[in-house]
Amino acid sequence: MTSLMGQPTADGRFGDFGGRFLPESLIPACAELEAAFTAAWADPGFHAEYESLLHHYGGRPTPVTECRNLSARLGVRVLLKREDLAHTGSHKINNVIGQALLAQRMGKTRLIAETGAGQHGVATATAAALLGFECRIYMGEVDTARQALNVFRMELLGAEVVPVASGSRTLKDAINETLREWVATVGATHYCLGSVMGPHPYPWMVREFQRIVGTEAQAQCRELLGGADPDVVVACVGGGSNAAGTFAGFVDTGARLVGVEPAGGAAIGRGIPGVVHGSKSYLLQDEHGQVMEAHSLSAGLDYPGVGPEHAHLSATGRVSYHPAGDEEVLDAFSLLARTEGIIPALEPAHALAWVIRAAGTDELPPGCTVMVTLSGRGDKDVAQVAALFEERGGSRKDPLLSPRG
Amino acid sequence: MIPPRRIETTLRARRDAGHKLLVPYVTGGLGPDWARVVEAVAAAGADAVEIGIPFSDPVMDGPVIQAASQQALASGATPGSILAELAQVDVDVPLVVMTYYNIVFRAGHRRFARSLVEQGVSGAIVPDLPLVELDGWGRAADDAGVETVLLVAPNTPDATLAEICARSHGWVYGVAVMGVTGVRASLASSAAVLGRRLKAATDKPVLLGVGVSTPEQAVEATADADGVIVGSALVRRLLEGCGPDGAAEFVASLRTGLDQR
Repeated sequence: MTSLMGQPTADGRFGDFGGRFLPESLIPACAELEAAFTAAWADPGFHAEYESLLHHYGGRPTPVTECRNLSARLGVRVLLKREDLAHTGSHKINNVIGQALLAQRMGKTRLIAETGAGQHGVATATAAALLGFECRIYMGEVDTARQALNVFRMELLGAEVVPVASGSRTLKDAINETLREWVATVGATHYCLGSVMGPHPYPWMVREFQRIVGTEAQAQCRELLGGADPDVVVACVGGGSNAAGTFAGFVDTGARLVGVEPAGGAAIGRGIPGVVHGSKSYLLQDEHGQVMEAHSLSAGLDYPGVGPEHAHLSATGRVSYHPAGDEEVLDAFSLLARTEGIIPALEPAHALAWVIRAAGTDELPPGCTVMVTLSGRGDKDVAQVAALFEERGGSRKDPLLSPRG
Repeated sequence: MIPPRRIETTLRARRDAGHKLLVPYVTGGLGPDWARVVEAVAAAGADAVEIGIPFSDPVMDGPVIQAASQQALASGATPGSILAELAQVDVDVPLVVMTYYNIVFRAGHRRFARSLVEQGVSGAIVPDLPLVELDGWGRAADDAGVETVLLVAPNTPDATLAEICARSHGWVYGVAVMGVTGVRASLASSAAVLGRRLKAATDKPVLLGVGVSTPEQAVEATADADGVIVGSALVRRLLEGCGPDGAAEFVASLRTGLDQR
């Protein structure tokens, strides 16, 4: 059976989306990467090396945790796939270990990467330290300010962090700057892109390196649920790598799949087809085709586009995408901390916010089972959240006992 | 109506008469007098003028053209306003616009091609639309009579280079250096190699751009090519406030350098 989330076409298309829209200087590098990944991914030796590193170094498999307290509160059974417990604190390690091993096979000596919240930058710096690469990370100036701790972590790991002052000074501009550098240094340098976006083969390759999240979760859920799959599987979507990896494990089951976008950066919800950063997908843009700035309190989701395969999954109807607003995200952040003793990153707090809102409605009827990918832990966000709570007047109220008016 | 293949016809005639070709780049919408700048550089010895339609995310451009693009966008320039002003520009050389693919895609291939023709623009350069993705726009441009100038990089394989030369119209744009647009202290060694590869592969005019900043570098580059495109060095002067006269003076110095070589 051909999976809906199989290989893209030879020209890198998922339905109408994807492709390789880049300056001619980068086309040979993309072709080289595609050939190297195709060969490596068909090589059991490469898989063994990748899986062994993720196990012994990365802490995989991560568990699926049943949230008894939260489930009792919401009236639906909530399971979490715990990517917050992976090394470096998020699912990003899965992708960078894969790409770093691939870069090694390709004889590259340097890794460059963009980062938004800093999680992908930290993961890339970590893989570079482990496997002996030089490493440079581009990060928007807005993000270096709101994620100062992650800047320090990257530098501690031996990476050079370059603040990006152009454009909106967030993730999209960090990607522009990384692409500009890659044009100039492409011979010895691998661009370790952090999400399921960019030119072919990145959306496909990054999804494959994140597939391990969904593959593990699907088996773990069946064990917990007596052989059944969850009714609904939910993940947050910025570029969409944790969601793509999660969905890849469930797309051929009967589970409903839900992606949750930030309300201020809902490329699928409010965007139209466009081309930026190497691929065609949904994009927040004005009537002239200028890319608009996303606005989200989560630096990791502050991106006006979305991975092309998500655009396709939305167009086919297999996955439905919903927005979550900043306020309900903060509520979800607090609620998980208080009920389960787990502080989530702001990114997966979007997925939780949707679950809290949908619980008990037709979307998530009472008694159903929902699995949420908790893509990262919230340590990086606590200073920002503390400041936001202060701004809003004291600590958060219990969102279930005092619903917002 | 624009005569068909006006850019290639014009450039071939100039080249075959023994001239080296000069195409300056001006960011559309940069300052209130940018259209006067286009006229001034045309009068100062340009063989064609390239006009940038600014895009929010110009990945092929370095700091100078990024800054100019942002400034133009902040002052309210749109693709439509720039094309409308170009229609009024009084020059006797062909005009070619340079923009990124999302601007073209958003407008629609056929609508964008038709609007270029209607506003008197002969050609287009879309640097993030490589040969492998050319089809939709390429067909629309060909049908409308718009000449799409394609780019070749120093690392483009021979087979692709040959195909790009065959599909490029107007001229073939050799990217002289592995990198983005910007002023550089010296001409990259990759320029001469690429110029020779292109000249061996095609009879179409071969122009080198990216990192060609001074009359000396222009002369050096044209040892192995038919001409040069000069962008950031001119736009930097415009950002510093040189105005149409200063732009004309700089372009005249490039022209003199090329003519005296």
